[in-house]
Amino acid sequence: MKTFVYIDHFKGQAQAASWEALGAAKSFGSAIAIIFGSGLDALAKTAFEFGADEVLLADDSALTDYRAEAFASTLSALASSQSPDLILFPTTTRTREMAAMLAMDLNTGILVDITALSIEGDQFVATRPIYEGKLFEKISCNTKPAIATLRARAFPRPAQDSSHGGTATKVEAKADSPTTVESYEVAESIVSLTDSSVVVSGGRGVSNNPSLTPPSGMDDKQAEIWRAHQGFKLVGDLASVLGGAVGASRAAVDAGYIPYSNQVGQTGKTVAPDLYIACGISGAIQHIAGIRSAKMVVAINKDPDAPIFKVARYGVVGDLFVIVPALTEAFKKKLGK
Amino acid sequence: MKIIACIKQVPDSEAKVKAENGQVSWGESPLVINPFDEYAVEGALQQKEATNGTVTALCIGLESAKETLKHALAMGADDAVLISDAALNALDTQGAARVLAASINKIGGVDLVVFGRQSLDDGSGVTAAQTARLLGWPMLGLAGQIKVQEGSAQVARVIEEGRQIAHANLPAVLSVVQSIGEPRYPSFMGIRKASKAVIPIWSLKDLGINAPAPIVTRTELVTPPSRDVACEIITGDGPAQIAETLAEKILAEKVL
Repeated sequence: MKTFVYIDHFKGQAQAASWEALGAAKSFGSAIAIIFGSGLDALAKTAFEFGADEVLLADDSALTDYRAEAFASTLSALASSQSPDLILFPTTTRTREMAAMLAMDLNTGILVDITALSIEGDQFVATRPIYEGKLFEKISCNTKPAIATLRARAFPRPAQDSSHGGTATKVEAKADSPTTVESYEVAESIVSLTDSSVVVSGGRGVSNNPSLTPPSGMDDKQAEIWRAHQGFKLVGDLASVLGGAVGASRAAVDAGYIPYSNQVGQTGKTVAPDLYIACGISGAIQHIAGIRSAKMVVAINKDPDAPIFKVARYGVVGDLFVIVPALTEAFKKKLGK
Repeated sequence: MKIIACIKQVPDSEAKVKAENGQVSWGESPLVINPFDEYAVEGALQQKEATNGTVTALCIGLESAKETLKHALAMGADDAVLISDAALNALDTQGAARVLAASINKIGGVDLVVFGRQSLDDGSGVTAAQTARLLGWPMLGLAGQIKVQEGSAQVARVIEEGRQIAHANLPAVLSVVQSIGEPRYPSFMGIRKASKAVIPIWSLKDLGINAPAPIVTRTELVTPPSRDVACEIITGDGPAQIAETLAEKILAEKVL
């Protein structure tokens, strides 16, 4: 069994789920890491350390910026000449596009954002959440190669072994693309919600701190957003001491408290952290669906009847503006930070 | 400019979705426009206004999906087309892309096709890119802002690391994300217009294509085990003590 594993990265920084995909490939047979970009010798070395049997590297300045068409074409050419049985990707914004295009080029099926993969007879069968995690489906692909994107943190991450090395094989780029990239605006916080082992989220409740007085001259909406930002600072402090990412409920995003890229749940991101701390989040059905894969949920809410407590292992009924900073202090002490 | 907004009908997001006899059931909950696609209609209407263009809402679905197209008309779309055919009941993403590409070609003279980020039901989020690949048009995915001028589109793509500003000539396929702006509410006039609209239904024969062969098929539906956790409410003498106890309990679970 020969599997291609596309290593998704941004400026040489791999999406960690790429290594999980590499581990999954190894469980079926040989794993060939596929790396596209420029100046990526270090990433190729890391791919060997995570267990790649071979690395195919298209290192070309024309591939410096991800463009779906060029990356899909480069990979289609490789797949056509080497005939892998399976092509795996971590699920990211980039891979959803390039894997989709690759499936059209190879006239084969794509299994998106899967949480399990097995072989039954001569077909690949995958499990994936649908309806925002309210249901799971098993799907099979009746053509080869099967293409699948793997949900972050659904597959075990292989150990990194610095003694495992090799020499990457250079392959040709097919860099023609109808799209051009002009620039980037890179976010300050790079702790990814979907990849993080800890997520601390705030809801609409973060703007309700009665003990704060907004600066004068603000209208009601400005004052509300200002209050919300103070609230999210507390959420961020707790996330930071735990090395986690900051999330938000749809209500908080809709109210303009925080960018939608932080949104967890329906129309937002599905997260699978080891620990999810919900602060001032009531727990709408869509939000609960988005955190179903969290190993442990902790809820802090002043309403004892909030539905979030139904999925929480531990809860505190109380004022998040008091409890959250106290919890940050407690963890600082206990974790020696 | 001629713009198409591709939309889908899905069970309402509040629906209690269950597996029943191997089928998805959503009880009495209504079918609505896919919430992500409301942003697609909004994005398409913004470009219609900026370029004095037209918007056609396009949907593959059952007869009931006319209601979803009417929602797009009420928001301000100029016309709507429903693709409906008994042979399309087990469509995978690649099949959907084939049907959409054939429909877009049949409509003809299209400059911009706008999709939502993904559907709420299947959630694959790959149909836009697959349609673009079939059409041979550039794909500008996950646009949070769109600027169209002189036959080209510039978008701010929202990616994991922030935003990527990308550019392509038209015709192009876009998918949009929420930062495009809150979808407008249907106006009273829009609702009246939509209620009277006659929506054409195209079959595969009208499109001149055969039913796409299914490649990916569902073999089983699984209801996730309900999260049966007994919540332990932490109490104590003041916030510091509550926090102390809670931190201890979390650390004892060894999830960190």
